[in-house]
Amino acid sequence: MNATLQDQSALPIHIQSLTKKYDRLFALNAVSLDIRSGEFLTLLGPSGSGKTTLLMAIAGFNRPDSGSIKFGDEEVILKPPHKRNVGMVFQSYALFPHMSVAENIAFPLKLRGIKGQESTDRVNQALATVQLEGLGERGIEQLSGGQRQRVALARAFVFKPRILLMDEPLSALDKKLRDQMQIELKNLHEQLGVTTVYVTHDQREALTMSDRIVVINDGQLCQIDTPHAIYNQPVDRFVADFIGESTMLPLTRNNSGDLVYIDQIISSKNSTSVNTEALLVIRPERLFVINESNIDRENTIVFNGKVKEFVFQGDTAFVVLSINETDTLSFRFSTDAAAADNYLQIGQPLSVGLARHNVIVIPKDTNQ
Amino acid sequence: MSIPASLVKESGINEQSLLRQSSREKRLLLSLATPAVVAIVAVIVIPVGWLFYLSFIGGDGQFSLENYQKMFKYKSYARAFATTFQVSILTTLICILLGYPLAYFLASLPSRLAGLFMLTVLLPFWTSLLVRTYAWLALLQKKGIVNELGLSMGLWDEPIKLVHNMTGTLIGMAHIMLPFLVLPLYSSMRKIDRDLMQAASNLGATPIQAFWRVYFPLSRSGMVAGSLIVFILCLGFYVTPAVLGGGRVIMVATQITAILENQFDWGAASALGVVLLVATLVVLFVATRVFKLDVALFGNK
Repeated sequence: MNATLQDQSALPIHIQSLTKKYDRLFALNAVSLDIRSGEFLTLLGPSGSGKTTLLMAIAGFNRPDSGSIKFGDEEVILKPPHKRNVGMVFQSYALFPHMSVAENIAFPLKLRGIKGQESTDRVNQALATVQLEGLGERGIEQLSGGQRQRVALARAFVFKPRILLMDEPLSALDKKLRDQMQIELKNLHEQLGVTTVYVTHDQREALTMSDRIVVINDGQLCQIDTPHAIYNQPVDRFVADFIGESTMLPLTRNNSGDLVYIDQIISSKNSTSVNTEALLVIRPERLFVINESNIDRENTIVFNGKVKEFVFQGDTAFVVLSINETDTLSFRFSTDAAAADNYLQIGQPLSVGLARHNVIVIPKDTNQ
Repeated sequence: MSIPASLVKESGINEQSLLRQSSREKRLLLSLATPAVVAIVAVIVIPVGWLFYLSFIGGDGQFSLENYQKMFKYKSYARAFATTFQVSILTTLICILLGYPLAYFLASLPSRLAGLFMLTVLLPFWTSLLVRTYAWLALLQKKGIVNELGLSMGLWDEPIKLVHNMTGTLIGMAHIMLPFLVLPLYSSMRKIDRDLMQAASNLGATPIQAFWRVYFPLSRSGMVAGSLIVFILCLGFYVTPAVLGGGRVIMVATQITAILENQFDWGAASALGVVLLVATLVVLFVATRVFKLDVALFGNK
């Protein structure tokens, strides 16, 4: 792959103090973000968080109240969408129903004065890239949802934009196709090397595809990090709660300032910020059932409780463990056809362990 | 799972009763249409058939083609047809020029506001046709409001003839026909996904390019359907050309009235009616073929 040639076409995006109000509500509240050249960056957040507003501002479809958006060194905040030269895949695909597949893909080429053989070649190349060879003459109505998705994608990159935007492009597909397309999109991104901004509310999708994830809530950026860091070191309660499943247990401080849960010291690292209350975040899959043989007291935090709920879900089983009157713990383990301990009785006493390196401590207040 | 062939052949449990039930429901549904079918036969099929029959009866009460031969013999007949098509085509064009921007404006409004504005389009619909036509007469006549206003503002020096001629007819016709164009056009524009215009713009189309390459082609079916309705309604229109044309704009319908009132020639009048009907059907047929209109006229699937 001629990476050098393609890297030239990718551009970084610099967003500075971008603000957009709807009535008196902030859709974007002084958002600043540097998107690196060629990276796959995902804007992840619940609906109404501002992630789509941010994407639309990059595309030029809404007009922010203030702020700056630069593609490379070029300020684009005042540029109309048709002059921004960014590719975009819409949630609804937005394929032109009165044009064939090939005409849809050739549309941006035609507008750029690319005609005849070159246009045909590039359309065919784009069709091949999304594995739709030979379907150029089809009408849009004749395509399945997955095929439409691919046409929308081909149309968005056929004119070699420097930036590619995607607005929840997989949300209309069924789960199997979605999983498959996630991998394909990631491969396509590697092949094109174009700076990609992807919007989704599906945390698994974000974790699967992204180089970096931006968690966004109430028009503000909560955390910008790699999928690994977002999952393992969430900065606050919102991120910990939104990404993955988690149980949060309140921590107290002992006399020496260590964070303690019941009678076990969870963390002594946080002793600097004595005034902040803290929570222990536990991912359900990081817990394991303790047999007397496998216990390593030194490096394990142990929770004793009773099984409150047990659900068999095929690949995993889900258990809610009641530790005391107020606190419960969710925990998940892989099933095994032979193992009898797949089947826990309600009320059965159970001890689970958490390795110390899996401890996540966050401040209790979301707004630090 | 495969079912043994011997089992498939035999009738299944309750098969006969279920079949009877389904055919009973079909009969019931069909019977709902009966009043409409009877009404159509009574008010359309029988009178038109009678007209058709009359048109082939000559002055001596025998079968003859003389009524149709008159159309070639007398120039006034041909002129009436020419005028009819001229008025219909011009009215349709004026309606498109006025109606397209109006429908575009309505379709771009939030739907509640659009409903409010749509009322203003529909309001004239609820007023009698005759009242609206005479209202135009009052507005457009020599000492009408339009002329008075134009004179007092110095836009023109002496009263313009705005009525009792082609101009008046077209003004009145266009006003009456406009909703018939705007309604189907508006509904086809409402169906255009806003994302498509954003996509066009994102792909590099200027607003004008986006309009001509995406919006206009997608609104075309509504425009053609509306134009066709207007055109066909115009072909048989009577009141407005009769009042606002002041005897100078003789359309086929006017001609038919004249023949009946002056000559009591039912045969000739019927023949004119039949020819107009056939002409209308031909226009409809050709338009459906040319514009592939089945979808536009008979609703999107």
